[in-house]
Amino acid sequence: MSNAIETLDGGAASSPASLRNVQSGVWTNGLLAAAAWAAAALATVGLPDVVPWGSQGLFAAIVGGGAAIFFALAFAVPRLGRLAAGVVHYGPWFIAIGVWFTLWELTTAKFGWLPKPFFSPPNGLLNVYVTEAPRLIICIAYTLRLWSLGFVSGVAIGYAIGVALGWSKRFSYWGMPILKLIGPVPATAWIPCTFFFFPTTFAASVFIVALASGIPVMILTSSGVASVNRAYYDVGRNLGASDWYLVSRIAAPASLPHVFVGLFMGLYYSFAVLVVAEMLGAKFGLGWYIQFQTAYSGYANVYATLLIMALICAGIVKVLFMTRDRLLVWQKGFI
Amino acid sequence: MVARATAVRIASSPRSVGVDIRGVSHAFDLGGSRLPVLDSVSLSVAGGEFVALLGPSGCGKSTLLRLVSGLEQPSAGVIAVDGSPIDRPDPSRILVFQDPTLFPWATVWNNVATGLEARSVLAQHRSRVDAALDLVGLNGFAQAYPHQLSGGMAQRAALARALVNDPALLLLDEPLGKLDSLTRLTLQVELVALWRKAGFTALLVTHDVEEALLLASRVVVLTERPARIKAEFSVEQTYPRHRDDPTLIALRRRILGVLGLAT
Repeated sequence: MSNAIETLDGGAASSPASLRNVQSGVWTNGLLAAAAWAAAALATVGLPDVVPWGSQGLFAAIVGGGAAIFFALAFAVPRLGRLAAGVVHYGPWFIAIGVWFTLWELTTAKFGWLPKPFFSPPNGLLNVYVTEAPRLIICIAYTLRLWSLGFVSGVAIGYAIGVALGWSKRFSYWGMPILKLIGPVPATAWIPCTFFFFPTTFAASVFIVALASGIPVMILTSSGVASVNRAYYDVGRNLGASDWYLVSRIAAPASLPHVFVGLFMGLYYSFAVLVVAEMLGAKFGLGWYIQFQTAYSGYANVYATLLIMALICAGIVKVLFMTRDRLLVWQKGFI
Repeated sequence: MVARATAVRIASSPRSVGVDIRGVSHAFDLGGSRLPVLDSVSLSVAGGEFVALLGPSGCGKSTLLRLVSGLEQPSAGVIAVDGSPIDRPDPSRILVFQDPTLFPWATVWNNVATGLEARSVLAQHRSRVDAALDLVGLNGFAQAYPHQLSGGMAQRAALARALVNDPALLLLDEPLGKLDSLTRLTLQVELVALWRKAGFTALLVTHDVEEALLLASRVVVLTERPARIKAEFSVEQTYPRHRDDPTLIALRRRILGVLGLAT
């Protein structure tokens, strides 16, 4: 290993011995990341575009700034010690992102191997954010409103029905067959009926999202409640608990691990149907925007919007994970 | 070494109840066929007595405890506590299981508080939870979760969860059965001490003859399923007892003989 480093250094520097001294105080991955990001910046401004996309200057400035930051970090990180542990952990990712930007820029805008309009260079996406920012922000707000109304109401109703299905024999007798019948039907298949049952298209959209997120929560909550250790109920009844206590203080917390599995599934399904739900006569929304731009071959706009949706979904997943870890701290010994 | 009954009482009035089991038979429905587990069992337990039920495993001892707790109703016969028949579970008669069955999502303190909370009297009696944890030596673990406890500590917590309700009758279903042998010996001694301090009536199911002799003032031997009463032995040694007491060793041999295990 040290041999390999020595030969690499020997080729690059005039006095290998002095460079090796410096290298012990340098974060190597930081230097490599700086090089990769600098390459992306240089490729963006240095080479002529096959097709102009706009915002090259801004993109080059951003990745160039990134390169400068990594260059500075390469020397600062060894002195920060523990504080920079997170930065060091993601070092290989920073390099990969720089390389990815460079190749992306080269294959699209510079060499034209991946042609317009189907592909866009990274500065093309950036250009979308720059020029479409006001409209995108409105779309994000609309989408979040639709998603949160649908998800929250779907989860609340799904959870309540799930508890009833898992708890009550009679409810389960009537409810389970219906759930088994409705469960596998894609939420979007209900669109024709929703137009009849709901006064506004927005309410219909909320219903579609609620259905997509509510069904998995319902199924997993009912199986969670049904699989609670019977001995817990015996303990509760023996200690003088009412039925309400058994449901709310024993069945509900005991089934929580299952409920969270349902919540994660519901979250992914709800995002999957969001695009379709926003077809229903929406004026704004990320899903609507994607469809609108697809129709006009605005693929850069489509990619830029997909990226926003992916980030929002990942952010919500992260919040859900944090909530789960907090609520299920008692489970630590089991997992 | 004489424990005063007044020393660590959790509640105000000391009480214990007598149990009258009269001609109790019970059978389980197994998808059409009936499996008889108890066959006209009659047993009287005086208030404050410690009775051990001994028998081969699967003979129906645990079922008898469930019937006395009121969690299930017998197919035939009557179980009465201080003269009144049992028709439902009640916190004055608490069943302690072989598994601690602590709620894994609640802290030890909240587990112990379950009975008081379920009956909406926790606000007035929070100090009783602390007293019960003190009684079983778990006051340092009030905020721990069950998965952080050892087997012995978890069973102590389960005992505290029962004792906080000041039961008049404690039904112990092999409570030490799953513990390692050293912890079991320790808890046997503690159990006797708790019984003598609190003065409840105790009904213990076990298949450990030595445990029965160490704890109980009377040992009732049951037959194979369906269980009937095979023999009764009165144990008059004073507490605390010693495992190597010659009288207990002689009794142990006789009981093993009744169980068909004499050598």
